[in-house]
Amino acid sequence: MTSIPPLPDTAVVLGARVDDWRAAVREAGRALTRSGATRSEYADRMIGVIEEFGAYVVIAPGLALAHARPGSDVRREGLAVVTLADAVPFGHPHNDPVRVVIGLAVSNAEDHVASVAQLANAFNDTGIVGRLARATTADEVRGLLGVDAASAETGAGA
Amino acid sequence: MRIVAVCGVGVGTSAILKTNAERALDRLGLSADVSASGLADIAAAAADAQVILTSTELADEVRRAVGRSYAEIVEVVNYFDVEEIGEKLEASIG
Repeated sequence: MTSIPPLPDTAVVLGARVDDWRAAVREAGRALTRSGATRSEYADRMIGVIEEFGAYVVIAPGLALAHARPGSDVRREGLAVVTLADAVPFGHPHNDPVRVVIGLAVSNAEDHVASVAQLANAFNDTGIVGRLARATTADEVRGLLGVDAASAETGAGA
Repeated sequence: MRIVAVCGVGVGTSAILKTNAERALDRLGLSADVSASGLADIAAAAADAQVILTSTELADEVRRAVGRSYAEIVEVVNYFDVEEIGEKLEASIG
């Protein structure tokens, strides 16, 4: 079973100051690149998804799940969390403004569905966005999402 | 009973919607086969589905992409709110 991507300290940005949604998504893209999951172009593709389909990535009040299709700019599966000092609108009629951006990168679509489904285990609670937004350490964020700082080594064939 | 959760690219938010829809169905004591899909594949994926779950933001595009279908399109505002998803599913299939 595919496990949820790890969330190293380099992929967590708390209290980022951004002027608009593009800058917020770009911050998540930088965090994914810093952690080694993606090349920098991935940020543009995440922005492109929102430009193409609209702000549906704002899937709950205050939370955007920024992501794009798998591509050559994805080096490996990755997760990033950016909390914003000041919330910014993404253009969603109900769930704006956004306080937390989760960036997600996967290398193939099937992995993606499996790992996001695991992430969803943390997301069946409408209070989680506020707790993420108020988190003061990367450890706290990991605890809320139920993820580790590094990939768990699961022996061969696991 | 088949339910399809749809998002723009079919690899992100639809997976969360699928998981929480399954959770909502469990709570209601209903069972259904829930799959995740993207807009590009929705016409095929929805062919034998009774319900299409998607974001309010995407509903119009989904309607266009699906064309003629018996499936009812159910719009979800908060993907984390299992109660909202449950109430809407129950209203649709109950």
